[in-house]
Amino acid sequence: MAALSSLRVAVPQLDSRRTLPCSHFGGAGCEKAFFRCQSSKLLLGAGCVAGEKAPRVAGGGNVRAAVSASKAVTEKPNSGSKSDKADLLVTKDEGLELYEDMVLGRSFEDMCAQMYYRGKMFGFVHLYNGQEAVSTGFIKLLKQTDFVTSTYRDHVHALSKGVPARQVMAELFGKSTGCCRGQGGSMHMFSAEHGLLGGFAFIGEGIPVAVGAAFTSKYKREVLKEEGDMPVSIAFFGDGTANNGQFFECLNMAQLWKLPVIFVVENNLWAIGMSHYRSTSDPEIWKKGPAFGMASAHVDGMDVLKVREVAKEAVERARRGDGPTLIECETYRFRGHSLADPDELRAPAEKAHYAARDPIVALKKYLLDNEIATEAELKSIEKKIDEVVEDAVEFADASPLPGRSQLLENVFADPKGFGIGPDGRYRCEDPGFTAGTAQV
Amino acid sequence: MAMAAAAPTVPICHGRRASPCSSKQVSVSVSVAMRAWASKSSSLSSSSSKSPRLVAAHATAVATKEAASTTSSSQGGHELLMFEALREGLSEEMERDPKVCVIGEDVGDYGGSYKVTKGFSEKFGSWRVLDTPIAENSFTGMAIGSAMTGLRPVVEGMNMGFLLLAYNQIANNCGMLHYTSGGQFTIPIVIRGPGGVGRQLGAEHSQRLESYFQSVPGLQMVACSTPYNAKGLMKAAIRCENPVILYEHVLLYNLKEKIPDEEYVCCLEEAEMVRPGTEITILTYSRMRYHVTQAAKTLVDRGYDPEIIDIRSLKPFDMYTIGESVRKTHRVLIVEECMRTGGIGASLRSAIMESFWDELDGPIGCLSSQDVPTPYSGPLEELTVVQPHQIVTAVENLCGKK
Repeated sequence: MAALSSLRVAVPQLDSRRTLPCSHFGGAGCEKAFFRCQSSKLLLGAGCVAGEKAPRVAGGGNVRAAVSASKAVTEKPNSGSKSDKADLLVTKDEGLELYEDMVLGRSFEDMCAQMYYRGKMFGFVHLYNGQEAVSTGFIKLLKQTDFVTSTYRDHVHALSKGVPARQVMAELFGKSTGCCRGQGGSMHMFSAEHGLLGGFAFIGEGIPVAVGAAFTSKYKREVLKEEGDMPVSIAFFGDGTANNGQFFECLNMAQLWKLPVIFVVENNLWAIGMSHYRSTSDPEIWKKGPAFGMASAHVDGMDVLKVREVAKEAVERARRGDGPTLIECETYRFRGHSLADPDELRAPAEKAHYAARDPIVALKKYLLDNEIATEAELKSIEKKIDEVVEDAVEFADASPLPGRSQLLENVFADPKGFGIGPDGRYRCEDPGFTAGTAQV
Repeated sequence: MAMAAAAPTVPICHGRRASPCSSKQVSVSVSVAMRAWASKSSSLSSSSSKSPRLVAAHATAVATKEAASTTSSSQGGHELLMFEALREGLSEEMERDPKVCVIGEDVGDYGGSYKVTKGFSEKFGSWRVLDTPIAENSFTGMAIGSAMTGLRPVVEGMNMGFLLLAYNQIANNCGMLHYTSGGQFTIPIVIRGPGGVGRQLGAEHSQRLESYFQSVPGLQMVACSTPYNAKGLMKAAIRCENPVILYEHVLLYNLKEKIPDEEYVCCLEEAEMVRPGTEITILTYSRMRYHVTQAAKTLVDRGYDPEIIDIRSLKPFDMYTIGESVRKTHRVLIVEECMRTGGIGASLRSAIMESFWDELDGPIGCLSSQDVPTPYSGPLEELTVVQPHQIVTAVENLCGKK
């Protein structure tokens, strides 16, 4: 692979448990040939023909050198002057946007934990600490008209997609000013305005919904002849979900119809207390895409710039109409599965390994080392986010709880669905209906 | 973007609309009586701005006649089979609104396993009649996602029993998402397919799912039983903003009836008066309607006067039609094909008892299928389902022998 030698890439130090023998990693004797970039293994399964030995890049895709944010300091040229701007992966504005989004995610989740322990929110709360690079890396490339589905670990996906922190916090407090009027809660964040299709408590449930949104995009193009950019959908889910039937069924359908959807696996190695290696016959999830003829990639999910690199290509593929992509992000959650999880099963060494790869610290280092931003600018962002989060808490605290009249609203889009009462009128006509006391 | 032209106002039969709805009589092989509702507008005091103006109704049962309707076309209607009626309704809605699409197994090239979508692939193209792989849970979820983002999908379960595989999506997403999202997303989906006990199809192909889904909040359920109401309910279900499950029955697909030429839509929430009477109210739906009408012949011969109501709307129940009947007859018998335990009859019984206790002269009878997996063998299968002679016996027990 001569082309790779000229790339300034950092080879990720894979944990020894994650290196598995696989005859398909290129090299002699390999029946299927893949183009592999060492920092993000891009596996282009589409058009792959058994028996070919030469490396091929399907679709003419151009994989640029993905300079790792965490290793950039070792790659600096010796001249001592500023890095060549052309080599940088982000402009100043982009860099600051990414930084702000990740800091927002982290601060918000930390505040959630505090509020939970103070009794302001209840139930199951699943925090995203440590995984910010995935949410920011993907969602900051999307438009408001694009769609996202998530799992129960959805606070940060909501924030990245543009749902105001106030609305998310109010939702967590169960107030009527929440994005779902307090009816959804932590695991069911929805926003029609921002294209957030949920927030699902059952794993795998959101994947078909994302595929459905992608189907609508394609349908509007093919049948309704709408023009303009095709909205893409991203489904975020975890390693545990990658063993679920809905995952495989959706990979098949999305690739079959070339739907503009991106499947993002946030592989944090643990499904509550079930290690990914104990539950999965072949733990390399990214390899499952080519089984359906789908382009796949594996990326270091602790590095927002690498994630963004791969995401850009996937989003462009989808928007062009070239179909779906499966992307496995190696990431980690710094906290337990939920705030109720004592987190006793994970080895301290593993936690320490990933804590050292904190995506926010890495990006900060990259921005400072490459003089894209100053310490002061980053500090001011952190301060601003602190204020945003404080304001969100104050807003949520001050907001009213839902009244009784809210109980029966929204059960049906058309409240005639409550039926006809004994008096011959529709039950929703009953004055008690808006007071929440109607006999339904 | 090509927009569907605004549909002309169509009369909703048994309609609760401000405009007068004339009485229509339709000649059918089974007695059908239509109700004409006098209209009186009243404003709606609910928070939803989408509901049309609702009217109070005064029911006048109209006896069956072969006479032509006052507003029906000069052709007098056309005769077709129930699956063709479903096809006609679906086709009209797909022509009317380009966002309506069909998703299911073998709906496209094969024309539907019961031929409801025959010819649609050529007419509407393969994006609008989507042949799916065998993945009920996922393609139902996909339909829900597309409904949330603007389309109006009609999901066909090849057999209703297969939708058990889609239970996760139907219960969690279809019914609940509108509420859980605080009203942000509507899911105007129709889920339909053949169910019920057929002719020796075996246990797994003979399931009645209405009892399983009736608890799911946010869903509406209707069961069609004649070509007329099949077409009308199909159209109503597609136009409805709520998710609707339309139950069809395998054995009724070849039922023949003459239906009006002009466009009509049935009301999703209303029950249908089949035979007015004075002595006992028999509530039924789907295939059992025909067992009941068959039993009614014997009963009438023996001097009984049963009032037969096809409840049609399984969720929510039309408590007005049912209540008016109970106030008249004071005796109720429910005849259903559902399982005894936790079935539609069980819910209906408790709803009637709760609302009309004072009107009842005796306990509410309920004839349901046996709580057994439907056996293959003919005689056994017959024993699991309610037969006309059992209905006759039950009425005699409730009303006293004559």
